[in-house]
Amino acid sequence: MSNFAKTFSSSLGKKLVMALTGIFLCTFLIVHLVGNLQLFKDDAGQAFNAYAYFMTHFTPIKVVSYLLYASIIVHALYALMITAGNKKARPVAYAMQAGNQNSAWTSRNMGILGTILLIFIVVHMGDFWWKYHNAELPYAKYEISLDNPNDIQVSEVPYDANRLVHSEVVDIQAGKKIVISKDLYKVVQNAFQTWWYVALYVIAMAALAFHLIHGFKSAFQTIGWNNNRYLPLVRFISVWIFGLLVPIAFAAMPVYFFLFK
Amino acid sequence: MSGNMNLTLKVWRQKNAESQGKFVTYKAEQVSPDMSFLEMLDVVNEGLIKKGEDPIHFDHDCREGICGACSLHINGRPHGPKHGITTCQLHMRSFNDNEIVVIEPWRASAFPVIRDLAVDRTSFDRIQAAGGFISVNTGGVPDANSIPIPKVVADEAFNSATCIGCGACVAACKNASAMLFVSAKVSQMALLPQGQPERYRRVQAMVAQMDAEGFGSCTNTGACEAECPKEISITNIARMNRDYFNATLIKNEE
Ligand code: HEM
Ligand code: FES
Repeated sequence: MSNFAKTFSSSLGKKLVMALTGIFLCTFLIVHLVGNLQLFKDDAGQAFNAYAYFMTHFTPIKVVSYLLYASIIVHALYALMITAGNKKARPVAYAMQAGNQNSAWTSRNMGILGTILLIFIVVHMGDFWWKYHNAELPYAKYEISLDNPNDIQVSEVPYDANRLVHSEVVDIQAGKKIVISKDLYKVVQNAFQTWWYVALYVIAMAALAFHLIHGFKSAFQTIGWNNNRYLPLVRFISVWIFGLLVPIAFAAMPVYFFLFK
Repeated sequence: MSGNMNLTLKVWRQKNAESQGKFVTYKAEQVSPDMSFLEMLDVVNEGLIKKGEDPIHFDHDCREGICGACSLHINGRPHGPKHGITTCQLHMRSFNDNEIVVIEPWRASAFPVIRDLAVDRTSFDRIQAAGGFISVNTGGVPDANSIPIPKVVADEAFNSATCIGCGACVAACKNASAMLFVSAKVSQMALLPQGQPERYRRVQAMVAQMDAEGFGSCTNTGACEAECPKEISITNIARMNRDYFNATLIKNEE
């Protein structure tokens, strides 16, 4: 076995894979969140649809997105492998184990939290990623006034296999920019009209919060970056950014659509 | 004597590694609060011997918290409810009158039960033997101050070296991981000049042996550090990880 293969089949190497894929997923979350904030714009989804087009058609981002799919799969597979190994390491369970007196709940339930996340990711990608890539979605036609970019007229254009996913034409004469894009915004809007679907998202984001309150700082420990000077910063980011800000901002989206759109 | 307590013990009894074990309930009567937990078990055992029954087997040696022989998972925690002590340092005043006390052996496939509450911890010895040493030819005694070591570093190495190898870290960990033990043994040498020549070979050999013994992976729950009678820090684990990845992914030799 090569040194490389040996390292990554060791217990520490497997944890390194978990940590690196986990950190990569964390950075993705930030990008995904910032992009999705376009949903809150009051422009009938024009900015959001343009962003969706950009994310799915700009080559460097496409490359990163394949890395992302691979990371999710590898992270979940290694989680399964590590958990199976851990179960084998203690074949007879304690009759009494007071884990709550020596460790945080989040740290003891990464597998359950991760499983909720995996289910969520499958549902979420099925409803948006799959539909955007494969379903025969209608288009939204935005007529944007060149004088006032906030003056947007929107209308629906039926699905047409020959139409580009996204097109922009400036009509100087009419004083309008005409943007026609595949209407993912509509899909989002429709999905978040169902209360239990919104609830699923909120629960998943709670699981994300708990997964990352422990996970983000844990990854640093696994990699071996526990410099005393930066540890407080890592803990701060773990709790305030990944434990609160990111999940709450994500959860706000379905709630916002359910209540106001 | 007044102030004495009566306790109900639920003790794991198991003939050997192969046989099925079970809990057996015993009464511990007239227990003085000043007894250590092991002394309480001694008294229960005397009663069992008088009745012609097989006494409860458990490990112990120094009975002053320095050897690491005593173990016992008491009411769900290694070395019982107190922080930073071994079972031999645990006093019965930490329990209440009429309390039910559940006593189990360390649970890990790498720590098979020998009998009752005594487990085989030679897996730790094998990890230590795999690399937990420095190779020097003996010679004249070097001057004590010929190799300057900063005090903080010496203190940190000393803290790591206080590990008594009791196995509470493994017992506490939900994954039965030995990372705290191994990292303490790696660190005590990795921190000092004398440990440098074999630093990267050592960490690889000890981790490989740890994996071969069938200990679990580390989820960084911190339960080990919370239960360690010597309060060894999980900083050691990060240091070991760093050294290991350095050794296997970056360094050329060894
Ligand atoms: C957005 C999705 C996710 C992110 C950002 C994420 C992030 C992380 C991070 C940073 C860690 C810490 C790694 C370490 O301790 O070294 C971690 C650990 C873990 N993740 Fe995830 N994760 C995600 C999804 C999942 C999924 C889908 C699963 C399960 C199928 C999962 C299961 C686990 C488990 C079991 C651990 C603990 C591993 C251990 O320490 O033994 N995660 N995750
Ligand atoms: S018997 Fe030596 S540490 Fe408890």
